[in-house]
Amino acid sequence: MKVKDLVQKTNCEVINEGDFEREVGSVYCCDLLSWVMGRAPADSAWFTVMGNMNAIAVAVLADISAVILVEGAAVDQPAIAKAIQQNINILRTNKTAFEAALQVHECIN
Amino acid sequence: MSVLELHYDVPGDDFTRAGEASSAIKNKLKQIGIAPDIIRNVAIATYEGEINMVIHANGGTIDATVDANAIALVLKDTGAGIPDVELAMQEGYTTAQEHIRALGFGAGMGLPNMRRYTDEFELKSEVGKGTEVRMKVYIKK
Repeated sequence: MKVKDLVQKTNCEVINEGDFEREVGSVYCCDLLSWVMGRAPADSAWFTVMGNMNAIAVAVLADISAVILVEGAAVDQPAIAKAIQQNINILRTNKTAFEAALQVHECIN
Repeated sequence: MSVLELHYDVPGDDFTRAGEASSAIKNKLKQIGIAPDIIRNVAIATYEGEINMVIHANGGTIDATVDANAIALVLKDTGAGIPDVELAMQEGYTTAQEHIRALGFGAGMGLPNMRRYTDEFELKSEVGKGTEVRMKVYIKK
C-alpha cells in the first residue's frame, strides 16, 4: 500500500505531502526517539505524539514512510519546515495510536 | 583505498541542527551507491552519536571514511566523559535531564543502538577529557 492509499483509506489530515508514492510496509508505535530509531522497521508508518523537528530527523534517518500524529497531537513550525525540506510525509488523525495503527495494519494485510 | 572521506563539526546544545551531519552522510552514501540497509545502519549509528554529543558533550566531530569493504566512523568530543561505560551501554540507562526527555530523547538507547547497528564498536572515554567512539559498518560481509 502506498502512502496516498493510506491517506484515502484512513481519511487522515495531510500536514505535509512528501513522497505519497512511498510504500508502507508495516506499522510502528512509540514516542521515545532512540527507541524508534533502533526498532522501527524501514518503510513503516510511524504513529506518535512527537511533533517536533527531532521526530522528523528520526523519520529521515530511519527511512520511515510516513509520520502519523495521533490524538490530534500538535506539530510545530520547525518540524513542518524540516519535513518540507526533507520530503517527509506528515499526517494526523484524532484516533489513538492503537486504533490508527490497527486500521493501517488491516489495510496492509 | 579510501573512496570517500567526510568530516563534520557537530554544534553543541543545538537541537534544531541535530541530525544534519547524519543526514549529510546518508545523502553522500546514497550518491555513491551504497545499499539502503547499510546506509540505514550508518545513519542510525551516527545520529545517536550526534545526539549524544549535543546532549552531553557540547558538540564534537564526526569523521566518516568509506573504502571498498566498510564505512568507518570516528566520533570525538571533549565533553565530560562517561564515568561508567558498562552502565552507559545498558539499554534504558540514561542521564538525560527532564527538558531533554520532553523532546523525546533519553530513552537510554543511544549507545546500545550504536553497538547494535554496527559491525565493530569501540568506545574510549575519560572523565573530564571526552569520549571517542570508533565504529565500522561492513559493506561486504
